[in-house]
Amino acid sequence: MTSLPTTTTKRLGLVIDLDICVGCHACAVNCKEWNTGGIAAPLTDLDPYGAEPLGVWFNRIHSFEVGEGASGRTVHFPKSCLHCETPDCVTVCPTGASYKRAEDGIVLVQEDLCIGCKLCSWACPYGAREYDYDAGVMKKCTLCVDKIYNESLEEVDRVPACVATCPASARHFGDLGNPDSDVSRLVAERGGYDLMPELGYRPTNKYLPPRPKQTKAGCTGAPAALSPAPDEAPAGGVFGWLDRLLSKL
Amino acid sequence: MHPAYSVILFTAASGAGYGLASWLALAALLGLLPAQAWAGPIGFAVALALIGVGFLSSTFHLGHPERAWRAVTQWRTSWLSREGVMAFLSLAVIASAGLVWLLDGQLAWWLAALVWLVSGVTVAVTAMIYASLKTIQRWHNRWVVPGYLVLALATGGGLALLITEVAGQGSALALPVAVVAVIACLVKLGYWRFIDETVAASTVATATGLGRPGEPVRLFEAPHTEENYLMREMGYRVARKHVARLRQVAAVGLAALPVPACLGAMLLDGVIGLGLAALTVGAMTIGVLAERWLFFAEARHTVTLYYGADRV
Repeated sequence: MTSLPTTTTKRLGLVIDLDICVGCHACAVNCKEWNTGGIAAPLTDLDPYGAEPLGVWFNRIHSFEVGEGASGRTVHFPKSCLHCETPDCVTVCPTGASYKRAEDGIVLVQEDLCIGCKLCSWACPYGAREYDYDAGVMKKCTLCVDKIYNESLEEVDRVPACVATCPASARHFGDLGNPDSDVSRLVAERGGYDLMPELGYRPTNKYLPPRPKQTKAGCTGAPAALSPAPDEAPAGGVFGWLDRLLSKL
Repeated sequence: MHPAYSVILFTAASGAGYGLASWLALAALLGLLPAQAWAGPIGFAVALALIGVGFLSSTFHLGHPERAWRAVTQWRTSWLSREGVMAFLSLAVIASAGLVWLLDGQLAWWLAALVWLVSGVTVAVTAMIYASLKTIQRWHNRWVVPGYLVLALATGGGLALLITEVAGQGSALALPVAVVAVIACLVKLGYWRFIDETVAASTVATATGLGRPGEPVRLFEAPHTEENYLMREMGYRVARKHVARLRQVAAVGLAALPVPACLGAMLLDGVIGLGLAALTVGAMTIGVLAERWLFFAEARHTVTLYYGADRV
């Protein structure tokens, strides 16, 4: 049913730290890897080795340039489903294929009910849903629902594939509905924010802003700049002797 | 937004069908179409065919048309589902009205009122599919529902005029159709002015949360080298180059040609009147197709903010 649950017991989601994301795309690759064998499998690729490959990905890393000149910086910006509290992608679905789970707030698609009308992708402001042209159904991030509850995995591995693989630990997974959880504390400490709050979708996933840029090297004790190497030749030693010899020739 | 031909055809054809059914019900009540004239039931059949072809074509863009029946189940939350429910309900009402008229020779006022009600509600529900999307500010505004309603009435009016002319029942509908055509054109002009003057609250800064106020935020590197589904479906840009010319085509087709043609049909009988009514239908068809194409092609989705747009 496409009616939304009034409350969810948990609010599972991601916290993405834009300060330390290095833009390596490993999270996107591991997402593809896991989910092309998971409940939304396959993540179809069309023309994969041709001139215009086109494929379904649940996680994509955009890179933005912020500010000008000395204050400018590059920010890598991973984006996947935000598992919103009021997701219009669910309520617009005419068949009941899209739903939000009451127990943990994960937004999923039941593919065998999907008619492929694509309206849910129009209703999502973030571009989280991608249509599988081959299967004729809509697919989306599952928050690795087939991994995070998978008891045949070690407990430490029961996190979404993107979180497990991030080499910089820029991605955190947890219950954002619990104010005492690690992710909620992280959001509170670092001023985590919502994307496009003006639309009122109330996304669960939060983004941590880049920390203010360091403009002084003094904090490390190093000199602000190194003096250039001297241009004149050394007076003694082998190089000095060579210099004198070559100067005479 | 990518303008799918099936959706353009669907909204234009079903809108004209509902408009035609409404005009025929009005004509029957006012005695403009006598009971023995075949034009009424034939007109209802044309309306049903247009609506039927429209809804059939709307299933062509589905990934799984064979599951389309499931779309009537989620009417509590989904405008698309409500449209599916209204499609069946309205087809039943309009078919019954046509049948009653055919067998009984007259149309009860409450049945005519029911035809207006289901036609108006169905067209409005179709418009609400678009108007309810907060992601597309050019659809999520108060101009969209009136636009769909008045365009349905105008295009259906052209058809109703042609049918009464063909049946030799005079041109009493010509003046009201001309008035509706003028209103339709004014509503579209108002809509275009609105979308030209209004910018959405969402920007690349709100989409990413980056940058202090006034600081530029630019896409530095896209996530992928080739197009993906999102760019194909939401990032469509082709028609924007021809916006001004296509708006002229729509305005000429919806009002500038039909209004003088209707007024001419009022004054001139016979073949000339018939020809002018046919001209009205032809012009309105081109006008509404241009308008519908623009409605999609000019719509800007917030997802484009992640692909290089700084405003929508």
